[in-house]
Amino acid sequence: MSNVFTLMLLRETRLMFRRPAELVNPLVFFAIVIALFPLAVGPESQLLQTLSPGLLWVAALLAVLLSLDGLFRSDFEDGSLEQWVVSPHPLVVLVLAKVLAHWLYCGLALVMLSPLLALMLGMPLDRIPTLLLSLLLGTPVLSLLGAVGAALTVGLKRGGILLALLILPLYIPVLILGSGVIQAALQGLPTTGYLLWMASLTMLTVTLAPFAIAAGLRISVGE
Amino acid sequence: MNWTWFHKLGSPKWFYEISGRWLPWLSVSAVLLIVVGAVMGLAYAPPDYQQGNSFRIIYIHVPAAFLAQSTYISLAIAGVVGLVWKMKIADVAVQQAAPIGAWMTVIALVTGAVWGKPTWGAWWVWDARLTAMLILLFLYFGIIALGHAISNRESSAKACAILAIVGVVNIPIIKYSVDWWNTLHQPATFTITEKPAMPMEMWLPLLIMTIGFYCFFAAVLLMRMRLEVLRRESRTRWAQAEVARQIGRSA
Amino acid sequence: MNFNSFSEFLAMGNHGVYVWSSYAISFAILLLNVALPLMARQRYLKNEARRLRREAQQ
Repeated sequence: MSNVFTLMLLRETRLMFRRPAELVNPLVFFAIVIALFPLAVGPESQLLQTLSPGLLWVAALLAVLLSLDGLFRSDFEDGSLEQWVVSPHPLVVLVLAKVLAHWLYCGLALVMLSPLLALMLGMPLDRIPTLLLSLLLGTPVLSLLGAVGAALTVGLKRGGILLALLILPLYIPVLILGSGVIQAALQGLPTTGYLLWMASLTMLTVTLAPFAIAAGLRISVGE
Repeated sequence: MNWTWFHKLGSPKWFYEISGRWLPWLSVSAVLLIVVGAVMGLAYAPPDYQQGNSFRIIYIHVPAAFLAQSTYISLAIAGVVGLVWKMKIADVAVQQAAPIGAWMTVIALVTGAVWGKPTWGAWWVWDARLTAMLILLFLYFGIIALGHAISNRESSAKACAILAIVGVVNIPIIKYSVDWWNTLHQPATFTITEKPAMPMEMWLPLLIMTIGFYCFFAAVLLMRMRLEVLRRESRTRWAQAEVARQIGRSA
Repeated sequence: MNFNSFSEFLAMGNHGVYVWSSYAISFAILLLNVALPLMARQRYLKNEARRLRREAQQ
């Protein structure tokens, strides 16, 4: 079973690196969205610093959301999705590997880019670890919940905007907790408790979401 | 325990017959309860010592908000029943209940906003309960949009069921996080439902209205489900006979 | 009865606009929820009647 998991992960990695542009696109999107805000609200550093937790989180969330649209699309079109559904290996494990790959190459990359953008928004250096932790705990939730939506909409011709409609309300708790933690850190409040809450949210999603994704894929394939 | 009634419920024909018998009773009690509750709430309940007469809005706000939340939970329950026992009626219920729940959420939001104007001085304040309601409305929109996007009836019902279940798991988390968010940023001073020990003349209309709203929901849901059952079963003999009977009556 | 006169009842202690408008909007939405399925039912029956007539002619 773990063998299937690593094989799937390797396959995804190989596919990802065959199209490096797709790896970079969410990162560029993330940076552009962050750059839009100083242009829209003005370059006043105090204001930008107050807004920075929310801006970083919303931009990261949208970047993940956009990258999710194609998560299962090519597998659906070339028939590999059907193969997974009928294969003797548990679909949940395959799905988990697929989402883990997505998180590694999209979520984790966003986390690594975020300190640079945070500094540009005027966040103090000593708050960066909290930012990293909150994004590190939150982005897996974004990938997993988004994959539920992607699984349900994969068979539809124009799934993009529908996917956003389905998934964005579900993202609200992680958005609130994630940006709230950084805000608390900016105000000098303790953050450990909130980070633990985020960690439990992540664990809950890791355990439950794969089953919903698998069920969604079965429906989309069966149609 | 005898479970035949449960499996009978899954039969569209049986559902159609039994719901036809319940519908008049539910409709009559919904109208009676809502009218009595509204008159009592508007005319007989004493004014609130802080909010004056504007508190009378809670007699529609609270029942609508209750109903909006319990409808979402019932969507998920019907979804589980539909997925586990493959019951057609549960599939129909998921899709037909979602729009009613969304409308109830709209009522709760609009009345909350109208109540906010005299109380907070603004039409909209990012108060924890109202914000949670707004998110609930978005969750309903998601289910309705997904239901319309998938053309195959069966898979559309199943997809909606899964989304409703994921949403229901999320609802307590949303509630908790919105409450926390609200305390992090100064909370609104008092909320529409916060009432220390209401006198009987105040809560009795509220109770009557709430039961009335539930009856209303049940009646409208049955009306919508009966039509959908007729559509889905249009190839069976009983449905064709029923449609012919209805046409003959209206002609 | 909590009000001394009908005009007092309508005024609702200066909150009349808010109270009556929210009740009006809510009842309008409730009525809409009843009307929509009824209309859909009528439309469906009419379509079915037309289809049956067409089939009978053939």
